[in-house]
Amino acid sequence: MTIPALRIAIVGSGPAGLYAAGHLLDNRDHSVEVDFFERLPTPWGLVRTGVAPDHDDKKKITDRLFDFTLRDPRVQFFGNVTVGKDVQVVELTQWYHAVIFAHGAGDHNAIGIPGEDLEGVWGARDFVQFYNAHPDQADLRFDLSHPRAIIVGNGNVALDIARILTADIAVLEKTDIAQPALDALRASKIREVVIMGRRDLEFAAFNNPELEEFGHLDGVDISASGAIEPPVSESDPVLAWRARRRYEIMERLTSRPRLTSNRQIVFQFLATPVGLRGAGRVEGLDYVRNRVMRTGSTITYERSSTVETLDAGLVLSACGYRGAALKGLPFEEAAGIVPNKGGRVIDADADLPGTYVTGWIKRGCRGIIGSNRRCAHETVSSLIADQEAGLLQPATMTGKQVRALLTTRNKRIVQFCNWRSIDRSERQAGQALGRPRVKLAQTDALLEAAFAPQRQASAIKPGEVGW
Amino acid sequence: MTYVIAAPCVADYSCVEICPVAAISPGPEDPEFERVEQLFIHPDVCIDCGACLDVCPVSAIFQEGSLPAKWQHYAAINRQYFEVIAL
Repeated sequence: MTIPALRIAIVGSGPAGLYAAGHLLDNRDHSVEVDFFERLPTPWGLVRTGVAPDHDDKKKITDRLFDFTLRDPRVQFFGNVTVGKDVQVVELTQWYHAVIFAHGAGDHNAIGIPGEDLEGVWGARDFVQFYNAHPDQADLRFDLSHPRAIIVGNGNVALDIARILTADIAVLEKTDIAQPALDALRASKIREVVIMGRRDLEFAAFNNPELEEFGHLDGVDISASGAIEPPVSESDPVLAWRARRRYEIMERLTSRPRLTSNRQIVFQFLATPVGLRGAGRVEGLDYVRNRVMRTGSTITYERSSTVETLDAGLVLSACGYRGAALKGLPFEEAAGIVPNKGGRVIDADADLPGTYVTGWIKRGCRGIIGSNRRCAHETVSSLIADQEAGLLQPATMTGKQVRALLTTRNKRIVQFCNWRSIDRSERQAGQALGRPRVKLAQTDALLEAAFAPQRQASAIKPGEVGW
Repeated sequence: MTYVIAAPCVADYSCVEICPVAAISPGPEDPEFERVEQLFIHPDVCIDCGACLDVCPVSAIFQEGSLPAKWQHYAAINRQYFEVIAL
């Protein structure tokens, strides 16, 4: 059996990995095969488990782009296979010409204040994965019985969560939101969601389109603590324009007539949390206000000594995601990334030939979906250059051999045809309810859907990639 | 009439690559790419061919006259971007 010029393993099947595969397959100078290794039984990474359920536009990218990559005959999908457990990093580097790690950011930044271990205090990821039916958090149950929730941090994730917590149930019912989340939100007693950030509006972390969407929430008032001031600091014309637009949107949102019967989203700018109160369960958050100090072009924030308290029954820390270390790969703890040069993984300044990274684990947690495309292009260009320079070790296994070996270790490898079965069954369940899909959250249920129809479909031979 | 990029844009720059008249910015090599929240179509350069519409993976592009009500103002936002970078 001949092994093609380039056999590449990609770890993680989110946008980062899929864009990398797309660039590899587009290369006309080399015959390429790509095998995806995915921990979950489902592909698409954060498009499925991160993008908010009411952002159906953004989710179109799976049908309109990523699906074409995954179903390419040169691609194999190995879902429900955990690198580090079912297969080791060192094995992948031996089996393939090269491995691209695109496993994203598995960790998050804590707020870093006393009381974070209280019940009712969660990481933003927990809640996001709960409403997006991620198998890791399918069994979580959130207490939404207190009238106030506080989100610490004001990036796009914070705004997504605030929107989901206050949105009209009738709107959410038409999305692919997880059923337990829908049930919990239907019974929710939350009337007010506070979004707290230590800096002022000019340096808020959210993007304008996300802020603008607050204006489309029926029955929700938007307010901001303290004065909303026009931006003054930014000298870069593009960033200054964005800040100006942010200010105009905020002015428009907060000057609308309010109704006491409405739910509230409150932006608390210039506030730093200092502690969480409660006996066992969280009851409130202590914070101090900050004052903006400008010295020339340097901006600092001076903390007040007065501690104020907000009662709350749910506190979500949305202070940013960060990469987690993976056994067998170097890791830069401070930045939460794998050290690399242009996507080539380096260790103590020595290159590790054949090992690459792309996406958040390469550059840190920033940018939007398409940012991963440029990022992947750079990584794939490095890889192709290394191949042409003769730096890559030959692959030792064919695609069939890898598949056969994996099957001996894990009986339930979700291949593309099996993912198709999951996809079909979710979409069918949604059709009856006027929803895009009803997501399966439990790993068992996903695997059942993945394999049940295949037993009847005699057209597809066991182990064969088909759809 | 021109095409307009609205809120769903994820900055996948397939549109930049396919545009026959280079009306869409910023591209991945432009310094602004890191600093924008979306991509924009220059209304005076656009020839209304619709090539971008087909390649957009999130259907973020609309003909100006067909913009959904909630995104009407994106026609002005697209134009403004080119005024800002010309500064």
